[in-house]
Formats: sequence, C-alpha cells, structure tokens
Amino acid sequence: MEVVLAFVIGGLYAAAIYLMMRRSIVKLIIGLALLGHAANLLIFTIGRLVRGAPPIIDHGKTHLIGQFADPVPEALILTAIVIGFGVSAFAIVLIWRSHETIGTDDLDEMQATDSFD
Amino acid sequence: MNLVLICPILVPFLTAVSCLLAWNNRNLQRIASAIGACALFGCTLPLFLSVWLDGIQASQMGNWPAPFGITLVADLFSASMVVLSGLTGLTVVIFSLAAIDAERENFGFHSLMHFLLMGVCGAFLTGDIFNLYVWFEVLLISSFVLLQLGGEKAQLEGAIKYVTINLVSSALFLTAIAILYGLIGTLNMADLAVQLKDVQRKEMLTTVSILFLLAFGIKAAIFPLFFWLPASYHTPPAPVSAIFAGLLTKVGVYSLVRVFTLMFAAQDSAQIHQLLLAAAGLTMLTGILGALVQNDFRRILSFNLISHIGYMIMGLGMFTPLAIAGLVFYTVHDVIVKTCLFLVGGIIHRLGGTYKLSKLGGLYENRPLLAILFLAPALSLAGMPPLSGFWGKLALVKAGLDRGHYLIVAVALVVGLLTLYSMAIVWTEAFWKKAPDAGALLLAPSLHNWLFYIVPVAILASLTILIGFFPEAFFDFAERSAEQLIDPTDYIKTVLGKST
Repeated sequence: MEVVLAFVIGGLYAAAIYLMMRRSIVKLIIGLALLGHAANLLIFTIGRLVRGAPPIIDHGKTHLIGQFADPVPEALILTAIVIGFGVSAFAIVLIWRSHETIGTDDLDEMQATDSFD
Repeated sequence: MNLVLICPILVPFLTAVSCLLAWNNRNLQRIASAIGACALFGCTLPLFLSVWLDGIQASQMGNWPAPFGITLVADLFSASMVVLSGLTGLTVVIFSLAAIDAERENFGFHSLMHFLLMGVCGAFLTGDIFNLYVWFEVLLISSFVLLQLGGEKAQLEGAIKYVTINLVSSALFLTAIAILYGLIGTLNMADLAVQLKDVQRKEMLTTVSILFLLAFGIKAAIFPLFFWLPASYHTPPAPVSAIFAGLLTKVGVYSLVRVFTLMFAAQDSAQIHQLLLAAAGLTMLTGILGALVQNDFRRILSFNLISHIGYMIMGLGMFTPLAIAGLVFYTVHDVIVKTCLFLVGGIIHRLGGTYKLSKLGGLYENRPLLAILFLAPALSLAGMPPLSGFWGKLALVKAGLDRGHYLIVAVALVVGLLTLYSMAIVWTEAFWKKAPDAGALLLAPSLHNWLFYIVPVAILASLTILIGFFPEAFFDFAERSAEQLIDPTDYIKTVLGKST
C-alpha cells in the first residue's frame, strides 16, 4: 500500500508543478490545489499506515502496546485541509476578479508590475 | 498559563473581531483599531521585560505537558520581534487612519490588519513547528486579502504572483514537516532539537533542512527566490506595503534563524552555512543592483529590502556569537527603518501624487521636515555612522573578518556603498531637484491628518537615531539574544522542563 501511495504522491507533485508552469491561471489554481493534496497525502503515508488498530488503551493498561494508528498525522491533515480549503476559495475568487479586471487568463501577459517605466 | 505570552495573540484577535462586529460603522472601526494597536504595543512590553529579567518564558496551552501540546515560548529574539510587531502595528495603524480611503476601510481593512498582526505575533511566539505553519497561514491569508483589497489592476496582478509563490512555499514547508514527523515523531521544536541529535538517517535530515531553507527562503526573499517581492510589494496602499516590508520578510528570517540555530545546528552544518553565505552575498548584490535601475520610489525600496535581507542571512551563515548578535541587531534596525521609509513613500505619494522619481521634485524646498524624516532612515539604511544601520553592519563585518570570510565582507561593504548611492538618487530626484512642473505639489492634508502622517514616521525615525546614539544598550541586548540562540540548552530546558 505504501508503494502505491508513494507513486500517487509523486504523481501529484509532478502534476502540480507541471500545471503551475502552464500559462493559464485556471491551471495554476488546479496545480496549487494538487500541491496541497500531495503534501497532505505525504503526511498521511509517512505517519505509517496501520489497519484496524485504533489508538485506544486497553482496560487496565497504562499505555499502548504494539502497533497502532497514530492520530497526530490525521489531525495535521485535517488542519491543513481546512486551511487549504479557505486558501483555494480565496484563490478562485482572486483569479476570477483578475480575469475580469485585467481581461486575460494568460500569465505571460501579466507583466505590468514587473516591467520598467 | 502565562498571560503575558498569550496577550500579543489575543489582543489583535479581539480587536479584529470587534472591527468585524462594527462592520457598518467606519468610525467605530477606526477607534477600535487604534485602541487595539495601542493595547498590542502595550502588552508586548511586559513580555519583553519578563524575558529580559527572568529569562526565557514558556507556557503550555491547555496544560498538556510539553512535547504533546502546543507550547508558546519567548526568548529574547522572539520577544523583541513581538515588541517590534507591536510598534510597527501601532505606527502603521495610525498612519492608515489618514492614508487609507473610506472604501477600503469599509471593506474590513482594519480587521485584516489586526489578523495579520495576530499571525505575525503567533509565528514569533510558537514553539511548535506545525503551529508555526498555521500562524504562517493566518498571516498569509490576511496579507493576501490586504494586498488585493481595492481591486486595482496592478494589485490583482501583484496578488496572483504573491499568492502563488507563497502557497508553493507553504506546500514545501508542509512537506518538510511531514518528513520530519515521519523521521522523529514529534512536532515540538525543543523536543525536535533534542531528538535530532541521535537520528540515524542523516541524509534525510539534509533533505528536510534544504526544504526548510527553500520554504523560509521564499518568505524571506533570499536569492534566487525573491522575484515575487518586487512584483507585488509596490502595488497596495502605502501602509500595507510598509507593514509587509517591515514584518513579513522578517518572519521568514526569524523562522530561518529559529530552525537553523535550534534544530539543525547540531548536525555537521558547514555546507548549509556555506550555502547560506553564498545566498546572502548574491541576495545583497542582486537586490541593490535591481534598486539602482528603478525609477519608482517604492520599487527602489522593495529591491533595497531584498538586498538588506542578505545582511541578516550573512549573520546566520557565519554562525559565531558576534555574527548572530549582529543579525539580531540588524533585524531590529531593519524593521524600524524599512517601515519608516515605506511610510515616507506614502507621504511623498500623498504630496506629489506619484511614486515616479522623474515626476517628483522640490520636496526639500517645500517640506523640509519631511526631508529630514526621509534622510535619517535613508542614511541609517546605508549604514552611515552614528545611525543604527552602522552598528549592525559593523558587528557583521567584524564577525566576518574574525573568521576570514573576506569575500562576503567585501560584498557587504560594497553593497553598503551602493545603498548610499541608491538613497542619494532618491534624495536628488525627489527632494533636491526642482519640481518638473511648478505647483505640482497637491494641497497639504488637513492638520490632524497631517499629524497622523508625520507622527508615526517621526517615532520610527527618532528610534533609529536613538539606537545609533546608544548602541551599547542595544548591543548588550543583541549579545544576550545571540547567547540564547547559539546555545539552546535554556530554551529546551524551559520548554520541556517543568510543566506549569
């Protein structure tokens, strides 16, 4: 399972970077979203995949014994997903406003702030 | 629970919320914002004082014992950065009372400004690496909205570049945290520092440290990761670019310092330090060369901002007690001076109606007070004695000579000279030369608006002079901060020791 996820994560990073290098601002946003997903999946995988072993201490014991699913990576991912959701919502509105105001979706044409005067 | 540690986060949060509650009442928002900014500055001082007198302060949130919960911790460096956030916040909020138009205020300018301050203070105070990521996001989202608030064409273009590159940096940061957690299984920075010492797989640590360097390097705008900064910082209104210039890149520098002094100092770090020194030299050079060819006041300042990040990174790369002390001193100086210069830029824009140097002129003749208020931070930036920039540069240069880093010292000195040249261009163009068309100066704002413009700038300018005349006291503070940074035993003991 780890191997499959490793390929998925690698693929997501690659796809994200490829999309961000395109000129369209829509692809840029999709790329950014994929980048966030890749990082989240990486946290999930790297925290070790364990099946059917909830982190619950048995009755009468004082600590966990053997393998158990670590809840911390899940808490981290949950936080990162919520943040990513807010940021994506903002980014989508931003590109919509920019498209209306600047009148292009081509990043190569957005040079006004970089050009000399 | 230690109240002085929480207040710098809580106060801007409450202010921002009360500004949101007063959404329909602009005057109420302005009053709440001004009171909140004063309160924030007021509550950062006891924090600094308690760190100064009693050593490093730590507080466990929710009373979870140390490596499990989130720790807030302040050493001298972070406490001083929090004080500076309070100070810049206060000056910028006062300035924005006059400089921000009613429309932006109606759309939540003040609450965004305080959310930004909350994120900045949180980032300086947290002792948990994932929590640092969360604070970064808080300040980033506020800065995104502040940057594009108003929706002018240039702002939206700048915002797209700024948002994209900062989100990439956040993703890199998150990736680094993921690998670090997989390797060690803790997120508390002090605990990480302890456990990193006996990690078996050193090659993974190199990966993680480079990822951190990239992520924070983008935020701090070091070479070659700075291109987003001159593309975006000159687009929003003056108070917004002032607070961005003063604080946001310094959060990146602070995180670099924190990570590379606390967590990755124990490893064999000679390569990282070489890399930092090379990046520092190139940052200084490319930044200042960029500034020399610009004609827009704020773009000159943006490139100068990049160039002077190089000095701080240089201190981190040399990694001797004197170099780190120089870094702390220089960071404090740079926050004050950059905020001041960007605010002066705002006043010039208000008077001349433009930021273009070719269209400005005659300001020395008409506004001598403003000319002095520009000259003090500008000369300080260039490192003229006896202003604050001189002492910071002196410490860094001396640290470099002690260790035989002659190349970087030469670069630093040349860049200092070029900075003087770049400020001299601004001086001759905007202040000395005759105005291109007579009567181009707009009418002066009304008296109380004029006070809102001048007082913040005057406070910051007199601070740089003050530091310049009493460098000993400030250097004493810088050396003590450097001691705490170089030897993190106290930091680790305070965080992990007794749980209060």
